[in-house]
Amino acid sequence: MELRGRAHKFGDDVNTDYIISGKYKFKTLDMKELAKHVMEDLDPDFAKKVQPGDFVVAGRNFGCGSSREQAPLALLNAGVSAVLASSFARIFYRNAINTGLPVVECDTSEIESGDELIVDLEKGLIRNITRNKEIAIKPLPPFMLKILRDGGLVAHFRKYGTFNLG
Amino acid sequence: MGKTIAEKILSKKSGQDVYANDLVVAKVDFRMGQDGTSPLAIRSFEEMGGERVAEPESCAFVIDHSAPSPLEGVSALHKLMRDFARKNKMILYDVGEGVCHQLLPEKGHVGPGSLVIGADSHTCTYGALNAFATGVGSTDLAAAMISGKMWFKVPETVKFVCHGRLPFGVYSKDLILYLIGQVGADGATYMSAEFTGEAISALSVEARFTISNMAVEMGAKVGLMEADEKVWEWVRRHSSGKFEGVKPDPDACYARILEYDVSGLEPQVAKPHRVDNVAPVSEVAGTPIHQAVLGTCTNGRLEDLRIAASILRGRKVHPDVRLIVAPASRQVFLDAMDEGIIQELVRAGAAVVTPGCGPCVGTHNGIPSDGENVISTANRNFKGRMANNKAFIYLASPATVAASAITGVITDPREYLPREGL
Repeated sequence: MELRGRAHKFGDDVNTDYIISGKYKFKTLDMKELAKHVMEDLDPDFAKKVQPGDFVVAGRNFGCGSSREQAPLALLNAGVSAVLASSFARIFYRNAINTGLPVVECDTSEIESGDELIVDLEKGLIRNITRNKEIAIKPLPPFMLKILRDGGLVAHFRKYGTFNLG
Repeated sequence: MGKTIAEKILSKKSGQDVYANDLVVAKVDFRMGQDGTSPLAIRSFEEMGGERVAEPESCAFVIDHSAPSPLEGVSALHKLMRDFARKNKMILYDVGEGVCHQLLPEKGHVGPGSLVIGADSHTCTYGALNAFATGVGSTDLAAAMISGKMWFKVPETVKFVCHGRLPFGVYSKDLILYLIGQVGADGATYMSAEFTGEAISALSVEARFTISNMAVEMGAKVGLMEADEKVWEWVRRHSSGKFEGVKPDPDACYARILEYDVSGLEPQVAKPHRVDNVAPVSEVAGTPIHQAVLGTCTNGRLEDLRIAASILRGRKVHPDVRLIVAPASRQVFLDAMDEGIIQELVRAGAAVVTPGCGPCVGTHNGIPSDGENVISTANRNFKGRMANNKAFIYLASPATVAASAITGVITDPREYLPREGL
């Protein structure tokens, strides 16, 4: 399956308080409402700029900080189709897979905001159309790949009633 | 081949012989959610088709992050949690009981060798009791509520050996801030951090919680220590559970071993807006502050309040500073009242709030204003953490926070601490 969209580039250590501020995430379960505030403290216009299918592209340690699942959910509801980063913080990584947001570990140093990308999760490759470059994707651990392929952990549990990761 | 603490606990709980990088599904001893994460967990539980919570006597919801509720929307989420917990016969800790990471050890739910997951990133706190305790998200919690299990990747371990003794006026908070500054915010990502050495053994159990609590701030999955006599004494006082201590094997394999001599350490401060932006207090001394916060799962315990009271005794909070005090639990609050500590803090000018997370996470109890500097005993200082992205948060020990509250500027606490003891 191919994902196609434009890159929105951020730096290192983008924490979950930046992705969705604590003052919103405690007030409501309405993810569409939270999506309006996604990345607000880093880029106040991001929620308006992002088009369905676009990518968040970042450096190291994306998603560090709090465990709140509202972070990947807000990104998904804002239309982000995948997050590409050179490394991820562990709880965010798990939460993203669980909610069906693909998290792609790769060298993002040569991707800039506005680049058009095609991300092929099956082939394990990213094509940067704008810069005519190819980037390899670090494969997901097998348990995580299974959950993502099932459409997230809720879908996995509806299917099997428990963890079926063998 | 020998095993680390993490490898041993995950081997035992999965019934398999596992080492770092193996993937396992393991039975979990205790599960927890707080009021920021449980409502989503309930939604996922229902979407998964969950009908009952497996072993509800080992599953707790805690209302602590916005307790008491400051807004109608929050109240609705609290009600959702209460109704679910009651219907499913789970443990419920409601407004005023305290912070989840104080309650789980205090009420005896976790101990040496336990495998614990909590829908809160600072679940690693109980590593100080030799428990493999880690933070997960809401949907993982829902899965664990249905199945009683969780999947884990067995982490590699980085060992921190702390030689020497922390000098006068330098505390476990200063030590963990220093270590995070050394390795960086992703210095231990995905790893088990083991903390050992004479400096650790010399610490009280309460002081050890502070260190394990902040393991996640260097990216670690768990922040483990061994169960020595101090830990067993603490556990026996708080729990009737059956626990089994887990020590690393002498020939266990470590990804990294880092050694430090802490005898020359100064009080440390994490400067805005990163937890690993650590400097000695001397570098930031004199910075004006507007709000001081004493509390949170990091430093809201009886010892922390006692240290702060020893500095504030007979003195006053600076007129330009608000000092917010949030005891970590009802029991801490009661014990501190019995010792006269709360009265001393109040007489000095502290504003005491409900046992809970207080202003740490920006929900209530002291949101700073534009351009204000906050000095706090909390564990995070990201921009906007306290709900104002135009405020600046400095993290420090209870002693440093108390001394700074008196002078109105960031202050080395050693000038203010009584030499003869508290």
